[in-house]
Amino acid sequence: MAGSIPALPTVEPGRPARGLSPGAEAWRRFKRHKMAVASLLLLLAMVVLVVCGPLLWQLAINDIDFSARLKGPSLAHPLGTDDLGQDLLARMLYGGRISLAVGLAAMSMAIILGVTIGAIAGMSRGSLDAALMWLTDLFLSLPQLPLLLLLIYLFRDSLKAAFGPEVGVFIMIVMVIGGFRWMPVARLVRAQFLSLREKEFVEAARALGASTARQVWRHILPNALGPVIVAGTIDVAAAIIAESTLSFLGLGFPPDIPTWGRILFDSKDYLDIAPHWALFPGLAIFLAVLTINFIGDGLRDALDPRRVL
Amino acid sequence: MGSYILRRLLLAVPSLLGISVVLFTVLALAPGDPFSEMALNPNVPPEVRETLRAKFGLDDPVWQRYFRWLAAMLQGDWGYSFISRVDADVLILQRVPVTLAVIGASQVLALAIALPVGIYSAVKPYSWFDRIASTLAFVGFSLPTFFTGILLILLFSIKLDWLPFVYNADISATGWQWWSVQIRQAIMPVLVLGLFQGASWTRFVRSSMLDVIRLDHVNTARSKGLTERVVILRHVVRNALIPVVTLVALTLPQVFGGAIVTEQIFRIPGIGSLLIDAILRNDTPVIMAVTFVFACLVIFFNLIADLLYGWLDPRIAYR
Amino acid sequence: MQQERELRTLIEEVRNYRLPRRSFIQRLVALGLSAPMAAQLLMHAGIAQAQPAPAYKPTKRGGGGTLKVLWWQGATLLQPHFATGTKDAEACRIFYEPLASWDNDGNLVPILAAEIPTRENGGLSVDGKSVVWKLKKGVNWHDGKPFTADDCVFTWEYARDPATAAVTIGVFRDVKVEKIDTHAIRVTFPKPTPFWATAFVGEGMVIPRHLFAPYIGAKSHEAPNNLKPVGTGPYVFVDFKPGDMVRGKINSGYHMPNRPHFDAIEMKGGGDAASAARAVLQTGEFDYAWNLQVEDEILKRMEASGKGRVVIVPGGDIEFMQLNTTDPYTEVDGDRASIKSRHFAFSDPAVRQAMGLLVDRQGMQDYIYGRTGSAISNFLINPPRVRSPNTRFEFSVDKANQILDAAGWKKGTDGIREKDGRKLKLVHQTSINATRQKEQAIIKQACQKAGIEVELKAVTGSVFFSADVGNPDTYGKFWCDMQMYATTMTQPDAERFMDQYVSWEVSSKANKWQGRNIGRWRNEDYDKAFRAAEMELDPVKRAALFIRMNDLVIKDGYCVPLVSRPRVRGVSTRMAVPLSGWDLDFSGLQHWYREA
Repeated sequence: MAGSIPALPTVEPGRPARGLSPGAEAWRRFKRHKMAVASLLLLLAMVVLVVCGPLLWQLAINDIDFSARLKGPSLAHPLGTDDLGQDLLARMLYGGRISLAVGLAAMSMAIILGVTIGAIAGMSRGSLDAALMWLTDLFLSLPQLPLLLLLIYLFRDSLKAAFGPEVGVFIMIVMVIGGFRWMPVARLVRAQFLSLREKEFVEAARALGASTARQVWRHILPNALGPVIVAGTIDVAAAIIAESTLSFLGLGFPPDIPTWGRILFDSKDYLDIAPHWALFPGLAIFLAVLTINFIGDGLRDALDPRRVL
Repeated sequence: MGSYILRRLLLAVPSLLGISVVLFTVLALAPGDPFSEMALNPNVPPEVRETLRAKFGLDDPVWQRYFRWLAAMLQGDWGYSFISRVDADVLILQRVPVTLAVIGASQVLALAIALPVGIYSAVKPYSWFDRIASTLAFVGFSLPTFFTGILLILLFSIKLDWLPFVYNADISATGWQWWSVQIRQAIMPVLVLGLFQGASWTRFVRSSMLDVIRLDHVNTARSKGLTERVVILRHVVRNALIPVVTLVALTLPQVFGGAIVTEQIFRIPGIGSLLIDAILRNDTPVIMAVTFVFACLVIFFNLIADLLYGWLDPRIAYR
Repeated sequence: MQQERELRTLIEEVRNYRLPRRSFIQRLVALGLSAPMAAQLLMHAGIAQAQPAPAYKPTKRGGGGTLKVLWWQGATLLQPHFATGTKDAEACRIFYEPLASWDNDGNLVPILAAEIPTRENGGLSVDGKSVVWKLKKGVNWHDGKPFTADDCVFTWEYARDPATAAVTIGVFRDVKVEKIDTHAIRVTFPKPTPFWATAFVGEGMVIPRHLFAPYIGAKSHEAPNNLKPVGTGPYVFVDFKPGDMVRGKINSGYHMPNRPHFDAIEMKGGGDAASAARAVLQTGEFDYAWNLQVEDEILKRMEASGKGRVVIVPGGDIEFMQLNTTDPYTEVDGDRASIKSRHFAFSDPAVRQAMGLLVDRQGMQDYIYGRTGSAISNFLINPPRVRSPNTRFEFSVDKANQILDAAGWKKGTDGIREKDGRKLKLVHQTSINATRQKEQAIIKQACQKAGIEVELKAVTGSVFFSADVGNPDTYGKFWCDMQMYATTMTQPDAERFMDQYVSWEVSSKANKWQGRNIGRWRNEDYDKAFRAAEMELDPVKRAALFIRMNDLVIKDGYCVPLVSRPRVRGVSTRMAVPLSGWDLDFSGLQHWYREA
């Protein structure tokens, strides 16, 4: 269908018509968004750091050294030490794997679930919409803590047996955090759909015989992504913090695993004595959020069928 | 429209019932024993605990307990706290004024920040204002409330000694004095919550404003010769408000039991801290009462949001 | 028995003024007995009790302003016979009073009693079966009615009725209380009881008959005075918000002259220990904070602002680690951690010895607890006189490595030791608490260096310490290899403390894991000694038996004591607060004052 009707209302003068596939077109437009590209590189750098860093920086994460407690950044300890003398750089690198993985995975799960449910609810009418909204309301009303306790006691052992202790806990945490964050996304997407499906360009597509799926996929969804992207960035931060809250309640990873949220939590009583301890995990979470946000902006610009670049 | 509202309200009843069944089952199955502290005390023989459990009907099957709860609820009895030996509704009502005052105020603050800042950022995207506002917003929601709370306490209570940080719900002064004390102790928690909430809302407002500003009808309005201010306020904002309304409707029920961390840090006797205390002590009737009210608020506010969509965007029709 | 002879010698030294009373009590505390027990030993030997009067400066009642205290767990109940935790008991103590309380040296201090019963004044019977308490005259309840013996008798009837479901039932159930006249009662025990100061002392507060009589038994939870206490205490009830705030105002008819000093009291609850410390030590918003479970480093910093100080009161509480005697992972007869199984590693005494050497107690004391905890080798810091073979604590990774090597636990390729095909991988659990997590980290690291891999587990306090049958993570179930927590000496008498190691108290599925012997440790000599101590009338012989029992437990190595945990409180400067490690913080509330 791309070639049969002029898809763009205006065409830049002097630009030769190109036969690019939609994917390549999107990538080309993404590349023009400088902040997005920079953020993508930064995020990749962070991922590489946490994956390969521990191989290069050999200090153990739990090397207790009482003589070097609460020291600021130095050559021996580039990010300083905590109150047991453990090296913060090593801990940040080790914990970063988990924090980034949990943050990204939980966010993805929340987004995928939320968009799916919101889209279905927004496109359908009547009972399916009502049923899905009832489900959403149910999840919104559930008290998270008792439910968490229940789920963890029910599934912890079987997950551990099936996937091994670390992966089992990881799966459980991602599902729990993601499972509690899809509802706002679903409602936002549904609201967008309710509004967008009545717009003229969608009517036009319908008049041309586009199936519902095509309307959704090519016309409505790309325009509904705005709030989804914002929700995504907020969810990454929230997921990293939520993991530390779970750990604080004994429901997440063991207390000695130094995820970023956990380091932030451990440092809170020493804020006036050793601010460096809190500064670095806070900065790391902030950077993760920043990069996701700009990547999201870039994505939205790249996929928006109405933008002309 | 009227029939739509009526239908939704009627539907709300069975949907609430359904939610209450799920809630009750989850709470009944969740591990935890309300009389656990007694187990620690060697002087308390196990028979005492058994007697109490029987007295409160804890050993009956789940469905029986549910119907007992439902019947009592319909008669206006919201349950009896195991831990405090007081009616649950007394406990909740005691805390409503404080919750509204502090948590409610923070939501208002969040909205008061998010709307103007978000709108202005969208009107001048990538300007200095926008960059600074966005960065501050990112910082705002990257930092958890326990962190910003402690930061503020260290700054204003300890270093500067301007503000008290332990919230006192019964202030004995009157008149002007009362207001002064009340405001001084409420500033920090309201700031912590309001800024955290406002940070994420600002981003949503900005994003949806950007979406609408590029649309054709805005160009039309401009080309009609309307001033920019009128264009923005009457044509853009109204259409951009849909996601905002969704969000506000989603977060308003949080007032009733969501701000747990902030209430803990500042020792605010709000419903959030009641809920977390009840959860940690397995005081099931109180948990059930609070979450049930919470569920009602969720359903109610989402209904209002749905109705507002229709008003904000007349093309959304309800059949 | 050697311990008995040592004890009698010490007592004689006190009698002849060669040993200060206080030193005697301190030594016995170090041996695992409590100060009240030690004081009773002296009383039984006829050594007159010093009547310490805390220095009290104010010369008139009132005028001190409002006393603001901070408990970081809020009180939820105001009825002393329903109070499940110390926080509730403390809140009740503002309004209600017992007949006597324990001061820091283990002496009994009369409150509603006119004097402490002794053999000399005829209070204690010769056969050890009854006690006569003379009650103070001229004491009124807050509503003006007089306090008489009827109230004490009623309290006994109320508490011992199982339908009332009072938590104090254990103390009142087996005794008989009868009225002698309006201001005297006799408490009779079924058998001779050397430690007689249980009923009406410390936590057993007296409640008014004229208000609670209609609510005895099954109707007990309907009494309106459950929420509006009327007692004899220094403050009168004003307001109560469960979980948040208790308020009282001065009792102008209080039965002690010039007391209390403060015009009102506000007891706020909620939050955490660190911010409670800040509220007293740094901002001065509160005058007193309870239980500052915070690293000493942070506390010292806060004290530097000069608005308050940290007060440390020694008590009987000890932080220790248990090694499981059974196998927590294999099910035997449907029960895990059953005494029919044996732990693959800890049944080897070499491993137990190695574990004892791998705990860096000095490091914990120096860097975590500071003043708030001292490293200990046993439940006993050994005084020069009475010595146990396993005397000093030691931290040596090298020695542990040697012992394990010699016992046949060889390091595999991954650095973890193994024997007979089983690797030395252990799970260590405790409750969620920043300090405890740090202790866990220290233990884990030392074990790693010795080739033992430790997986750390932290469970929410309310779950860990619960008696929930369905929950696998409670400390009663002990379904892991090691666990760590603080044992509290809530009762002044050591017998209640020592029954944690008798074989008939072993926690198992049959008793829903409510047996007190969580470590499942069994020893015939111990059982025999315990039985003997139960029947022993001579308090010196009894104390000696307890000391021997202590030694038996510690020598076997399944119980690894870490640090002693005295009570840590935050007090504003210029406040004078007499505290006792053997009773509630508020046991001396009437004597609190603030210097001008």
